[in-house]
Amino acid sequence: MTAEPGRAWRDTPLVFERSRPGRRAGRPPRPDLPVPELPGSLRRSQPPRLPELAEPEIVRHFTALADRTFGVDTGFYPLGSCTMKHNPRVHERLAALPGFRDLHPHAEDEDAQGALELMWNLQEILAEIAGLPAVTLQPAAGSQGELTGLMLMRAYFDERGEERDTIITADTAHGTNPASVTMAGYQLARVETDARGNLDLADLRAKVNERTAGLMLTNPSTLGLFDEGIEEVAEIFHGAGALLYYDGANLNAVVGLSRPGDMGFDIVHYNLHKTFSQPHGGGGPGGGPVAVRESIEPYLPAPVVVRDGDVFRLDHDRPKSIGRVRGFAGPFGVFVRAYAYMRAYGPELRDMSEVAVLNANYVLARLRDAYDLPYDRHCMHEFVLSARNLKREHGITALDVAKRLMDYGIHPPTVYFPLVVPEALMIEPTETEPKERLDDFVDAMLAIAQEAAESPEVLKSAPHGRPVRRLDEVRAAKQPVLRYLFDEHPALVT
Amino acid sequence: MGYLSLTDADRAEMLAAIGVSSLDELFDQIPPGVRFGRELEVPPALGEAELARHLEELASRNVHTGSELSFVGAGIYDHYVPSVADVVLSRGEFLTAYTPYQPEMSQGTLQAIFEYQTVICELTGMDVSNASGYDGCTVAADACFVARHVSDRRKVVLAETLNPQVRQVVKTYARGFGFEVVELGHRDGVVDPDELGAAASDAAAVFFQQPNFLGCLEDAPALAAAANDAGALSVAHVDLMSLSVLESPGAYGCALAIGEGQSAGNWPSYGGPHYGFLASRSDYVRRMPGRIVGETVDADGRRAYVLTLQTREQHIRREKATSNITTNQTLLALAGLATLSWLGPEGLREVGETCLALSQYARERVPLEPAFDQPVFKEVAFRTPMPARELVRRARERGVNPGYALGRDYEGMEDVLLVAVTEKKTVEDLDRLASVIEEVCA
Repeated sequence: MTAEPGRAWRDTPLVFERSRPGRRAGRPPRPDLPVPELPGSLRRSQPPRLPELAEPEIVRHFTALADRTFGVDTGFYPLGSCTMKHNPRVHERLAALPGFRDLHPHAEDEDAQGALELMWNLQEILAEIAGLPAVTLQPAAGSQGELTGLMLMRAYFDERGEERDTIITADTAHGTNPASVTMAGYQLARVETDARGNLDLADLRAKVNERTAGLMLTNPSTLGLFDEGIEEVAEIFHGAGALLYYDGANLNAVVGLSRPGDMGFDIVHYNLHKTFSQPHGGGGPGGGPVAVRESIEPYLPAPVVVRDGDVFRLDHDRPKSIGRVRGFAGPFGVFVRAYAYMRAYGPELRDMSEVAVLNANYVLARLRDAYDLPYDRHCMHEFVLSARNLKREHGITALDVAKRLMDYGIHPPTVYFPLVVPEALMIEPTETEPKERLDDFVDAMLAIAQEAAESPEVLKSAPHGRPVRRLDEVRAAKQPVLRYLFDEHPALVT
Repeated sequence: MGYLSLTDADRAEMLAAIGVSSLDELFDQIPPGVRFGRELEVPPALGEAELARHLEELASRNVHTGSELSFVGAGIYDHYVPSVADVVLSRGEFLTAYTPYQPEMSQGTLQAIFEYQTVICELTGMDVSNASGYDGCTVAADACFVARHVSDRRKVVLAETLNPQVRQVVKTYARGFGFEVVELGHRDGVVDPDELGAAASDAAAVFFQQPNFLGCLEDAPALAAAANDAGALSVAHVDLMSLSVLESPGAYGCALAIGEGQSAGNWPSYGGPHYGFLASRSDYVRRMPGRIVGETVDADGRRAYVLTLQTREQHIRREKATSNITTNQTLLALAGLATLSWLGPEGLREVGETCLALSQYARERVPLEPAFDQPVFKEVAFRTPMPARELVRRARERGVNPGYALGRDYEGMEDVLLVAVTEKKTVEDLDRLASVIEEVCA
């Protein structure tokens, strides 16, 4: 029987279902030596059921899975707050240079001078971009950078003998902010957003006191708006002896245009995987370096990269350090890519942010009449629309819009975030998109708004052109199947 | 700049559509006092060829594992990374996709993570695995946060034979969790189960490593039983590459199994990026940190995969989440999946047996006294007749890096050298190690 077109795209067996007993690919070396006997209780009793395949089917399997995955390489990916920009291919080649890829992290400093110089250079550029003097590269991702920042605040206040237990976050904050506050052992307070999309200064003044350790803020916010009152915000916190933490999730908007240190922030994290083009890899890896003011430098995680004349070394001797937050000195391969990206731009990194803002405002200008615009201002690198007009008039939700975009070959924007906007569609085009792709997206969004009025059922049942249709997510959570169950596993539907 | 596409004509047209006369008008929202008034002081832009030359020059100044015969392990190992791992790493769809929030766009990534979770469960003997943590250190802190929520106790016990960096990271996080951290010493290279049981009596969790950082095999079943009997969560930090020959933590009753995935499918890369794995019994599934992929069906009843149990996570639960983790190490974990699929059960068993055979050969052949009288897997600790760092220095002058000086982490072990093998080492390599050590000790 001939398979219908596209069937292989829809139904891809698990690697375990391609497996046949006795097949294999890798043949590790077997030295002519006796294998010593292990004590019985330490010896594996049941062999692990790993898949058994020869190489051709392994390659086909992962190729089939890649075919069912949409990346920036595939098409437009305006996922708000995630900065899905192009990832230069030369980075992969450079990170794979044997001098980087095969360098053992226990190497003596004198045997890793090239790596340490790269890290030093990266720190210097990051410090200049933030307008803050000291940098740790160790945190593995933005969330870990946040947690590191909160630990630094605690160390700072501990040494000053001040007991402060509360961190303030915005109601537009990413969920990571409050989650990090809890993990750091702090209490959480929330400040509201005013009608222009800035922090509500009256609410803020009422909440900041001698128990306040600091603020965590994204600027521009997750609404894509630069906080016009940022100088007053900084005065309020510094006036109360508290610190300001800059969540660098949206740094792509302001590189070379405005520096967090100049805005009054004391601690900043960067997302090397957003702003500086470490590929997102289906969820990771990332990099979350943190920059701080001189007064907070003593508490940075150990080790840090230091320079003595022409020689670079890892300094582990940091008595006031909060300690280690990750293994070794950080995700070095990510540093290679981020550094290469910065060196490709040089001072024109400012163009990167300017074009990101231009692209976003262009798309906003073309969509503002078809969707609700909750904050009517120029945006920075991203903006938030609401599909509440479509919901009210046609029963079409932000999720329906998102799913229908897939049929136009476009990855949906972030939906239902930030929480302060109902039916939110958070759109971040990034600077690496040409005008034609922006126009394609606008045309698709306008067509969908039209479809919402004329044929809403097409949207309700979208997507129509993906390997699967909408999923039963309730069943996934209520009857969790979190691993392959071998003989008891449900069959692939045919 | 070859990464940007807008022409002057595009810019003009776009500004007109926006209704502004210049780009600067878009930045009016930035208060003048915080606008950056000069050019960034960073090195000038480089074209791709110049960029490659600059980074090649930096890379050339590093002494990597290919440029000397090295027996350094101590947490990061030189196992063979098969070419099929490159299939994953080089496909742009895997490389440039985000976290699979929209399952219809991401079935490939989701299915691969589901397969990865299965492989981790099979190797560790656990019921459920997450989609990866940052590394082998931070997954230990994650496991502490699980313990904080399932126990009223506010203490964790760390075996001193647990990787020192893992212990350091747990201590850094413990402050925020309100946890006291107690470290338990070793006897002849391993932890005593009775001592561990006593320390665990008021602990939320107990962490040990198998094989441990000193290279020794712990009596892991006895340690897990002692922790469980004391009412603490037993957490084993294990090496994926050992788990075809060593018993799985699930089989000896651990609550959680964690570890550094680097040895299975990732390059050393000066410390990262790699993946940490975290797996548990089903009892703790709703306390697990991070992404978890589940199987379900679509509107046509067709099998499909989706991020699930998301009410654990920060984007839903915010300050009540089981972790703040968002970005993880998916791409590295998928390289691990490809590697373990390539090895299969037979290949992984052969890797394990080769490690056992070579480490036994090293023990017999190297003209030094083993530091501990315990079974080993792929690392052997030897007493050195001079400070181990001095022995390392002298051996490297002869082109062999003989191992890791344990005095870097353990007081009183200045004369202990930890020698690591993988299946990439040969009998001839070990003969050369033995003769160089003989020379430098003569």
